[in-house]
Amino acid sequence: MTRRIIDTLLLILLLLVVWEALHRLVGRYALSSPLETVQYLSAFFGQPVFLPNAQATLLAIFYATAIAFGAGLAIGLPLGLFRGAGDVADPFLIALFSIPKITLYPVILLIFGLTFVGKVAFGAIHGIFPVILFALSGVRSIRPVYLKSARTFNLSTFNAIRLVLLPAALPEIVTGLRVGFASTILGTLIGEMFAGTEGLGFVLFKAIDRNNVPLIMALTLLFFVVSSAANAVLLAVDHRLHRRANPPGS
Amino acid sequence: MSLMLKRIVVLIAAIAALELLCRFGWIDRMTMIPPSEMVDALWAMLRSGSASDDIQYTLDNMLAAIVLSVTIGFVAGTAIHAVPRLRSVLDPLLASYYAVPIFVFYPLLIVLFGITNLPLIIIGAMFGVVAMIVNTLTGLDRVPRAFAKSARLFRLGRIQELYLVSLPSAGPHFITGLKFSIVYSVIGVIAGEFILSSRGIGYRIAFAYNNFDTRAMYALMLLLIGAVTTVTLTLHAWEKRLHRRWGRE
Amino acid sequence: MSTAEMVEAPPDSAMIRPHLGVTAVSKRFPGLARNPDVHALGPVDLALQQGEFFALVGPSGCGKSTLLDIIAGLTAPSAGEVVFEGRPVAGSPPDGLGVVLQEDASYPWLSVWDNVAFGLRRTRLPKKEIAERVDRALAFMGLSDFARAYPAQLSGGMRQRVCIGRTLVLQPRLILLDEPFGALDQQTRLLMGDELMKLWRQTGATIFLITHSLDEAAVLADRVGVMSARPGRIIEVIKTGWSKERTSEIYTHPDFGPLTAHLWMLLRAESLRARQQAEEKK
Repeated sequence: MTRRIIDTLLLILLLLVVWEALHRLVGRYALSSPLETVQYLSAFFGQPVFLPNAQATLLAIFYATAIAFGAGLAIGLPLGLFRGAGDVADPFLIALFSIPKITLYPVILLIFGLTFVGKVAFGAIHGIFPVILFALSGVRSIRPVYLKSARTFNLSTFNAIRLVLLPAALPEIVTGLRVGFASTILGTLIGEMFAGTEGLGFVLFKAIDRNNVPLIMALTLLFFVVSSAANAVLLAVDHRLHRRANPPGS
Repeated sequence: MSLMLKRIVVLIAAIAALELLCRFGWIDRMTMIPPSEMVDALWAMLRSGSASDDIQYTLDNMLAAIVLSVTIGFVAGTAIHAVPRLRSVLDPLLASYYAVPIFVFYPLLIVLFGITNLPLIIIGAMFGVVAMIVNTLTGLDRVPRAFAKSARLFRLGRIQELYLVSLPSAGPHFITGLKFSIVYSVIGVIAGEFILSSRGIGYRIAFAYNNFDTRAMYALMLLLIGAVTTVTLTLHAWEKRLHRRWGRE
Repeated sequence: MSTAEMVEAPPDSAMIRPHLGVTAVSKRFPGLARNPDVHALGPVDLALQQGEFFALVGPSGCGKSTLLDIIAGLTAPSAGEVVFEGRPVAGSPPDGLGVVLQEDASYPWLSVWDNVAFGLRRTRLPKKEIAERVDRALAFMGLSDFARAYPAQLSGGMRQRVCIGRTLVLQPRLILLDEPFGALDQQTRLLMGDELMKLWRQTGATIFLITHSLDEAAVLADRVGVMSARPGRIIEVIKTGWSKERTSEIYTHPDFGPLTAHLWMLLRAESLRARQQAEEKK
């Protein structure tokens, strides 16, 4: 445990050193130093532009995640259960997953325009595929022996799903939710950058446009820290579930 | 009905539905043109050669980005796997890498390399490299312990063990890494072309969008999506074939 | 044969030099975190004569596989030494050794033929000789028809045959087998046992087999060693006294029952102890 903490601190130290070195190399008009960035960020929190945009972003992420999770599970779980449908769909899902979503953004813009719904849609299409793929895989890989034993207990279909199938598939489903969540955040931010009129992504976009380097770096740092923290938490949950399902030595 | 046939039927049905929706006005022309027109527009564009320069430009960028991300990713992945301490330090970075909008490094790269295609290629490579690293690590992880033991029993040196046993065993995962590297590298290059290029397919798509030229826009999108999907599906089929032949997972 | 006659007499100093000598070998593993060191094995003394078939039985976790690893030169003992053909074994697998592992180690990306040829390709033998040896080994293991197939297309028993063939071609003088038939069903095990004995008779190699099955040990071996629970020590070595031409039909021999009964008598207490140890671990 302590080893893990030391390693993480080492990593952060390493990143800071590289950052500072690059800053010295290219000058403050290309890259702010770590110190400047942190100072700017803390000042930024107090500025009037921060709160409403942060709220807009969070709201968009919330909706996008809800859609990605809801639609993703609604599509992924049945595809996993009904093997026939799942087999047919497999290459389509791979193909859809591999389309660079960025190429679809003009289509999204055409359909939704520069609106809130547009960026929610963008975030959702980023997140929905991992959810589908992992849910499908999770259900598919339930060991047949679990189903058999559920039948020997004479469980109703509903109870079989609730007591046996869902817990069995849960670790993988949760991994899908985790990856989906990260993708949704990213997609929503990108959506805000290209297709939004408000939100922190939009603020970033304007900053890039005006080459406001300290702001660019401050926002990047903020996004990175928040995403990493969220990812770390979800990863811990993910690991806990996987360890419970597959204890070491089994 | 065989599996392949079912898939073809589904595909045709989907395209036909889209075609009908567009032609009968349920989807207006400003939003989307019928698939048949997309193909027509693309064919005309290719025949006239008006887009050839840009296609070539983008293709060159993508190829460079892919080669960079795959080679660096593979070498880095193998190296990181060999040094467990390094791996546990870098692990959180690799896990959260894709949570960062890499585009934020564009301004920095432009300062460093000017408005050439180099920033595009580097961003594409930065996007794809971690996918390759992660899959290389997973592949090497999954080499069964019995294989490593048997390699020692055959008295193979460490390097020999790597290329005679570990790498072949991890093979399918490298294909997975290749698959994802390609997708991500393409995203990086195209997104870059959207924003800060004056050449390339990405640029032309953005240009067409801004000028309400839906024909050109969809033609190019069809080209891009078609090309990437073909490559990805081919790799995916190869990967599955290997899995079947090796009887794994 | 009475029980008294089955138990081996202590070795006398006028014995010829053993093919494989294990002297006072023990193994300790450093404890994780703040736990004390784990005394996994030993001290173990063992001497195998050239050409004999020796089987080792013992409860789970008693260190049998660790002992095999030490004999194979894959791990160094914490104390004691292993001498093979007069030379100490340390650090790397000695020449003339063949090992068949418990898990299926057949390489899925190579055909059966290439799998069997794998070890030979590392040597400097001419290609023709390699091809001859491989073909002969395949014929011996009954795999000639499957030379171009891939391991994934074969059953578990056949895959183990590929692994055995892979060591065979190296013409080993000592063959170590770590529960090679563990994953197979009983009937396949019996047939594979017969094949193993055929192999033993034809090659004249010394064989060291680790197995969970008392029956298997009793049928296959010239001598059976019984190991205690962790830390594993050899409690007793029993001579079976079978003729070299034996097959699995030994099952019907009147001495077979008493032999396995004796083995179980020794093993039962140790197995209970091993189970207790496993529960204490949790």
